[in-house]
Amino acid sequence: MEKALEAIDINKHFRKPVDFHVLKDISISIDKGEFVSVMGKSGCGKSTLLYILSTMDTDYTGELFLNNKLVTGRTSDELARIRNEQIGFVFQFHYLLSEFTVLENVMLPAKKLGRKSHEEIEHDAIAKLKLLEIDDQALKLSSRISGGQKQRVAIARSLINDPVIIMGDEPTGNLDSKNANNVFEIFEDLTEEQGLSLLIVTHDDDFAKRTNRIITMGDGMILD
Amino acid sequence: MKFSVILSISKTHLLSRKKQTIIAALGVTFGIGAYIIMMSFMTGLNGLLDGLMLNRTPHVHIYNEIEPSSTQPIDSDTTYSDHLRIVRSVKPKTGQLKIHNASALLSYLNDQKYVKGATPLVKAQAFYMAGSTRLNGSLSGVDVMKETELYNLDAYVIEGSTEALAMNENGILLGKGVAKMLSVDVGDVVQVSTVYGDIFPLKVVGFYQSGLAELDKIQSYVNLKTAQRLIGESVNYITDINVKLFSVEDAPQVSADLQKKYDLTAVDIQTANAEFDTGTSIRNMISYAVSIALLIVAGFGIYNILNMFIYEKMNDIAILKATGFSGRDVQRIFISEAIIIGVVGGVLGLIVGYFVSLLISQAPFETEALPTIKHMPVNFDPSFYVIGIIFAMVSTFFAGYLPAKKAQKIDPVDIIRGQ
Repeated sequence: MEKALEAIDINKHFRKPVDFHVLKDISISIDKGEFVSVMGKSGCGKSTLLYILSTMDTDYTGELFLNNKLVTGRTSDELARIRNEQIGFVFQFHYLLSEFTVLENVMLPAKKLGRKSHEEIEHDAIAKLKLLEIDDQALKLSSRISGGQKQRVAIARSLINDPVIIMGDEPTGNLDSKNANNVFEIFEDLTEEQGLSLLIVTHDDDFAKRTNRIITMGDGMILD
Repeated sequence: MKFSVILSISKTHLLSRKKQTIIAALGVTFGIGAYIIMMSFMTGLNGLLDGLMLNRTPHVHIYNEIEPSSTQPIDSDTTYSDHLRIVRSVKPKTGQLKIHNASALLSYLNDQKYVKGATPLVKAQAFYMAGSTRLNGSLSGVDVMKETELYNLDAYVIEGSTEALAMNENGILLGKGVAKMLSVDVGDVVQVSTVYGDIFPLKVVGFYQSGLAELDKIQSYVNLKTAQRLIGESVNYITDINVKLFSVEDAPQVSADLQKKYDLTAVDIQTANAEFDTGTSIRNMISYAVSIALLIVAGFGIYNILNMFIYEKMNDIAILKATGFSGRDVQRIFISEAIIIGVVGGVLGLIVGYFVSLLISQAPFETEALPTIKHMPVNFDPSFYVIGIIFAMVSTFFAGYLPAKKAQKIDPVDIIRGQ
């Protein structure tokens, strides 16, 4: 199986206020089309790991491969490009740019990538919104829709550039069970139908149990 | 990546914070508007004041100075060269006021590339006769049309015209003060007596007002030929030559050259009117200093508002960065916001400045000193508008640069973690 993401011997320290070894020799790999969840107690370093894997945090030692290419040590501009092209994000809180419409929010990463014309991007964005069944909200300001809808828009946005992997930091943590279930089903469809890899940090046992693989973390190490 | 994406984000940011955007832009508008108004009015006034003196002052004034010889006969005798020689009661050398071979000198000057025009002048002492009273006077015989062209003589004629003087060999353009003392009107005849006692009747073709009351009580203009006839001299009798150059800066050089070449006294405008130059440059400096201060204040306003924007937009910045916008993109977004504020505020400022200047230029302004000026002097030089808009953009760029730099450095992980 081809690997979407591979991390080798990741170590990270927090230096302030005192030196703290957050991540200890973490090695992890995710195949294409695999739906992986990361669980662990608060403070075990799972979010920290996610930010490193997502290339946003560059202050670590070890090696990170994305789509079999080394991304460790690239400049911040190159990393921004990689994030734009290959990684989709779904956060717990930071959903959308509130002053833009739903459609604009979804289109923005594709506009940044600049590979397609405005019309194509708009067409794609509407297609993604349809996939998530919120195309009827497309022209609303993103601050005017409900939390569950926002999360679906965020997923649509993460899909717009057809990324290799989607990462989520407790994407259902803020949703009721019905909406959480919705989001899970969307994720499941994406892996099964589109061959996307998913790496989701979660506290939700039920959610995690339904994924392909659970990585449990404790005290900065992978437990199993 | 296309710049239009960045611009569309900036635009959305600005439009969703209309009130703050407007306030920031108004800061620039006031700064630029005040700059335009001040520069227009100040330079207009400067031009007027300079014109009062400098426009009618020749750049180089050539004449014969009556002065004692610098070398006395005894100096040339070698016998006494090692003696102390004292000559008491040295008198000025007998000489002519007339410039030798003036017409040749005139045509030489008029042929020079750097000379805009050289005009002859005959100065004559005279008395205005009012019954048995003789009033002291000074007549200037001039080439009227050339004088009008080069020194705007017509701008100081309050009644009648310079053309009327040019056409009338026996005409006189009377000083306003003189006319008042003689209580004559245009069309009347005044009797003018020369120092030799000859009396000439001259027809008043107009009144002249320089703005300097003392001068207007004495000074009158006549044709060159009339002046020559009055003092009984021939047509090549010329006492002064006034030279106007294309560039005032050349005046000291030209006057030094002429002095050396022709053994005449030549005075340049800089020497004659040193205080005017300083006054003008100091007034300009003050206007620039105040304008820059205004723009700096506007710049701080923009800096503040953008800083606030960035604190409000921390989450947005984090999202943009997480979805693949680089730090430089984020920086560009905020800098272009600043520049948009600058351009919009600046253009409004230009418009406001233009219309207020227009209003000022319509305000009545009448003064004894400036007979032809009826409204406030305003200079509508387009270069102020160009400088104004450039200034607006540069200052807002710098005001936006620091906050934008801060936005560039924001670490999305810190923001996302912080929640």
